[in-house]
Amino acid sequence: MTEPAARAATADQPMIVLRGVHKWYGQFHVLKDINLDVQKGQRIVVCGPSGSGKSTMIRCINRLEEHQRGHIVVNGIELTSDVRNVDAIRREVGMVFQHFNLFPHLTILENLTLAPTWVRKMPKAEAEDVAMTYLKRVGIPEQAHKYPLQLSGGQQQRVAIARALCMKPEIMLFDEPTSALDPEMIKEVLDVMTELARQGMTMICVTHEMGFAKQVADLVVFMDRGEVVESNPPQEFFTNPQSERTKLFLSQILKH
Amino acid sequence: MATIDAGQRSPDLAPPITQVGPIAWVRQNLVSSPLNTGLTLLCLYLLYLIVPPLVRWAILDADFAGTSRADCTSGGACWVFIQARIWQFIYGFYPPEERWRVNLGFLLLILAMVPLFLRGFSHKIGLAVGLVVIYPIIAFILFYGGMLGLPEVETARWGGLFLTLVIAGVGIVASLPIGIVLALGRRSTMPVIRLVCTGFIEIVRGVPLITVLFMASVMLPLFLPAGMNFDKLLRALIGVALFSAAYMAEVVRGGLQAIPKGQYEAAHALGLSYWKTMGLIILPQALKIVIPGIVNSMISLFKDTSLVLIIGLYDLLGIVQAATTNAEWLGLAPEAYVFAAFCFWIFCFAMSRYSLHVERKLDRGHRR
Repeated sequence: MTEPAARAATADQPMIVLRGVHKWYGQFHVLKDINLDVQKGQRIVVCGPSGSGKSTMIRCINRLEEHQRGHIVVNGIELTSDVRNVDAIRREVGMVFQHFNLFPHLTILENLTLAPTWVRKMPKAEAEDVAMTYLKRVGIPEQAHKYPLQLSGGQQQRVAIARALCMKPEIMLFDEPTSALDPEMIKEVLDVMTELARQGMTMICVTHEMGFAKQVADLVVFMDRGEVVESNPPQEFFTNPQSERTKLFLSQILKH
Repeated sequence: MATIDAGQRSPDLAPPITQVGPIAWVRQNLVSSPLNTGLTLLCLYLLYLIVPPLVRWAILDADFAGTSRADCTSGGACWVFIQARIWQFIYGFYPPEERWRVNLGFLLLILAMVPLFLRGFSHKIGLAVGLVVIYPIIAFILFYGGMLGLPEVETARWGGLFLTLVIAGVGIVASLPIGIVLALGRRSTMPVIRLVCTGFIEIVRGVPLITVLFMASVMLPLFLPAGMNFDKLLRALIGVALFSAAYMAEVVRGGLQAIPKGQYEAAHALGLSYWKTMGLIILPQALKIVIPGIVNSMISLFKDTSLVLIIGLYDLLGIVQAATTNAEWLGLAPEAYVFAAFCFWIFCFAMSRYSLHVERKLDRGHRR
């Protein structure tokens, strides 16, 4: 747990600050001088062509990837190689993956209670109450005792969202949460995300769902070749794109 | 005139006898083509050549009752030999008046393990860990003695099936955790740990078990300071456990590599530490995948225990072999070896069946 003092000092600072972040995979320069501020309660949608570094960027925020230059400060804690800082940040940042990554050997309920009991040291009964609350909120409390592979893709992704929420995170990261889903299941997941946004969760979503971006985002960030090309409110972004690359991307993605 | 009502089906007839049942089975599997018919006949002929003499030797013409060589008169197998020596085969040179300690030790183990096989018992892992920690101490006090009023029985007198089970049991129980640690170490991001684990695995795997045992029994004392001496059995146990651990490590590593990267990432993203990620997420899945490989290693270790003969320990095979050179029972090696092979087979087969059972049980949970 972070000390309350440290938390209070950052109350008026942005939740997430990225300053001059660079990353290389060997010779390949994946992230080039990324700067981003995310305020508490802000909803950010990150889009861009594949290979543009958008997933890598949000994976840097909870240290699934290491950045090699620049600063990342999450909730007042700077990400360094200090394991305690990494652990402190991961407790505050929930993440939802493209391929759900539920734990197949545990039931849905066990998937949800595992981290609260082992990381937050919550008593088992309380963790189960919390888990059932969130399962109800994502609409599948009746699946609590099944195993992940017995659920549909959309249900699994909703469980994954509930699993992240059970840790009561301050920030949620979504890494293409609907890309691996059948079309008819995308809506049920987006509905859950929209509801979450409505309740004021600070969110960064990497997604190609432009409808979701228009409806929910405060800011749309367009990335290409490792750079932030453009970041604007959705209205501005969709109706009046500034750069050629953004226009090209929008023309391709909005065609269908 | 009968009309056929579309909604009412006539009862299904049984399929023709040529398609199901024993006759169909014979047709499909034994005489489906001229070649198959020929092979079937050949196999029947070979069975005719082998089975009747074997049955005659082992059962029909064999002598079961008696006390000495003179009771073997009918020309078949002389099981009297096994019967006369059975206690030695089981306990080795353990003093007969102290054998109850061995019996009690194994009885305790079996009783303690019963809950592990019960369906409703929910603290299996706790019990198993407790057993692994506490039972060796109890077993050592019982078997070795020298305290609590039990006379000391030095390990040189341990032997037979008892010794085989002690070596195999210690080897199996110790090699799995050591193997898991080595496997994790080999995949560690810390270069020193990775180097040490990889080096250990590759060196130990690169030499025969006999060499390891020789080193443990002959070379180790040369390096130890004068006056310091380990028990020979203890040295063999350490050798067997480390040898088996190297193999176990590679089996476990195979399982670790089969777990998708997303599982690690999801665990990390939830804030689980390295050890919690491994213990709660990765190893339960990885070990389940490699149960067949683990049991394979265990079975092979069980049989490898017979190699301790070369450093002067008399395990089941060793003591059976020694008995065949006894002047009174000369020429009865076939009976002795058949008996030893049968004992080994019983234990290995049981392990194999148990692993299948565990696999099926674990699979039931999250099968689609």
